[in-house]
Amino acid sequence: MIKDITIGQYFPGRSPVHRLDPRVKILLALGYIVLLFIAQNAWGLALGVVLGFGAYVISQIPLVMILKSLKPVVPIIIFTAVLNMLFVDGEALWQWWIIKITREGIHTAVFMAVRIICLIAGTSLLTYTTSPIALTDGIERLMNPLKRFHFPVHELAMMMTIALRFIPTLIEETDKIMSAQKARGADLETGGLMQRARALIPILIPLFVSSFRRADELALAMECRCYRGGEGRTRMKQLHMGPGDFAACGIILACIAGVVALNLLLP
Amino acid sequence: MTAIRTEHLTHTYSPNTPFQKVAVEDVSIAIEEGEYVGVIGHTGSGKSTLIQHLNGLLAPTSGKVFIGEEDLWADKAKLRSFRFAVGLVFQYPEYQLFGETVYSDIAFGPTNMGLTPDEVDSRVRQAARFVGLTEEKLQKSPFELSGGQKRRVAIAGVLAMDPRVLILDEPTAGLDPKGRDKILGEIREYHQEKKNTILLVSHSMEDIAKNATMALVMNQARLFCYDRVEEVFGRGEELSRMGLAVPQVSRVFLSLAKRGIPIDPRVYTVEAARDEIIRCVKEGRQGK
Repeated sequence: MIKDITIGQYFPGRSPVHRLDPRVKILLALGYIVLLFIAQNAWGLALGVVLGFGAYVISQIPLVMILKSLKPVVPIIIFTAVLNMLFVDGEALWQWWIIKITREGIHTAVFMAVRIICLIAGTSLLTYTTSPIALTDGIERLMNPLKRFHFPVHELAMMMTIALRFIPTLIEETDKIMSAQKARGADLETGGLMQRARALIPILIPLFVSSFRRADELALAMECRCYRGGEGRTRMKQLHMGPGDFAACGIILACIAGVVALNLLLP
Repeated sequence: MTAIRTEHLTHTYSPNTPFQKVAVEDVSIAIEEGEYVGVIGHTGSGKSTLIQHLNGLLAPTSGKVFIGEEDLWADKAKLRSFRFAVGLVFQYPEYQLFGETVYSDIAFGPTNMGLTPDEVDSRVRQAARFVGLTEEKLQKSPFELSGGQKRRVAIAGVLAMDPRVLILDEPTAGLDPKGRDKILGEIREYHQEKKNTILLVSHSMEDIAKNATMALVMNQARLFCYDRVEEVFGRGEELSRMGLAVPQVSRVFLSLAKRGIPIDPRVYTVEAARDEIIRCVKEGRQGK
């Protein structure tokens, strides 16, 4: 059933990683990405792997979740690995017609694969340990300086929050409409492409109608409570940086410095 | 003949996850053809889950569902034909309208059945007549109609399939008393004319008392009882303990019987109450 799709992969918890300030967590994720990309050799990358793995252990997120987050990118990993293996020049290990596998190719392929895996697993940890609302809150605060350039930061964050809030509602609604039309004999499972596309009309039209209705109602409800945009708006939940946040920043900065050092020391 | 039968029907949502929830547990029931069954239960008691099993929208986690004598899930290819035999009107069905005109929306079901255009046409007109939609309304867009009219269009969309069993989930939710009586009256007329089986899910005991012949009570995912309406309302105290209100007439008569007055506590309609009071008073005089 459509209900079983999970969007927003937040895993509620009370671990030190969960408790980090969302702003800090976003910056840490960015720092981690930087670290992965400046690592030039296996030692630097190994440091990245250890760091990511350690973060998962501390966050108490089941390690199976790493595999789950990697599932959609497996084709990309395989694709880049194969390309690297075939098209990087160097000492040939095996050759057949115009296909040539080189030592350097294999090295780059493995290196890139590990880098992508860390990238996805690391950024997934951010969404696993941060609720969507906290995440948008963090994004809004981080983008605050852009207000100087008249960039609608608050409006953007509000739109994201509303969109996230309504995803489960709309899924439920879709489920209900699908059941209702199936009860009237709508056939959604069989037929060719055109037939299936046409079968979606009885589901999409009521869904659109109810989305507009909900948007109208929400706008009215917000106006009734005097919502008028971000200007002068205060927050109920203030974000605070704690000692844990500074410690985490320290760790990631130290690791980045370590990778830079490794790059310089081990060519 | 039985119209619908379930055997040890159990349904679990999201099995083997932290969100696992048993919504219906071990429900065995046999509903005879031609009955008008009121389905009662608290929010979350499993009513909606139960009725979605009866036309194969949900597959039982364990147990079986029979329509007539046939096992609903024996042959998946025939599943769709059972959906036409057991018509299900969801809660707030007006949110599922999509047709350009009222006519085309009502025709959706019969067209899916593969009927000829002539048959579809007569089905649509007959269904529209049952819910009191005029000819002129049929050519309008369903989105132009009022809330009550939209609901009637949606109900007509299921009636047009001419199902042997008609299930309605809270068909009067959110309507004013006038609209409620009108829809219930139309359903009653439909039942009397077609002699088919009807299951009416409702929160209002008055509605069930006025219309149904049998009552099915769900409590915490289990079947509490399935019996004649007067027997069920006669167990008023147990129902109240489950947080279900019995009709006002039942409440009065139950407390009269409790005070030792020789009165039949199974009375639940105003008319029957009048007769019972007269009988009781007469007997009382004779006793003196």
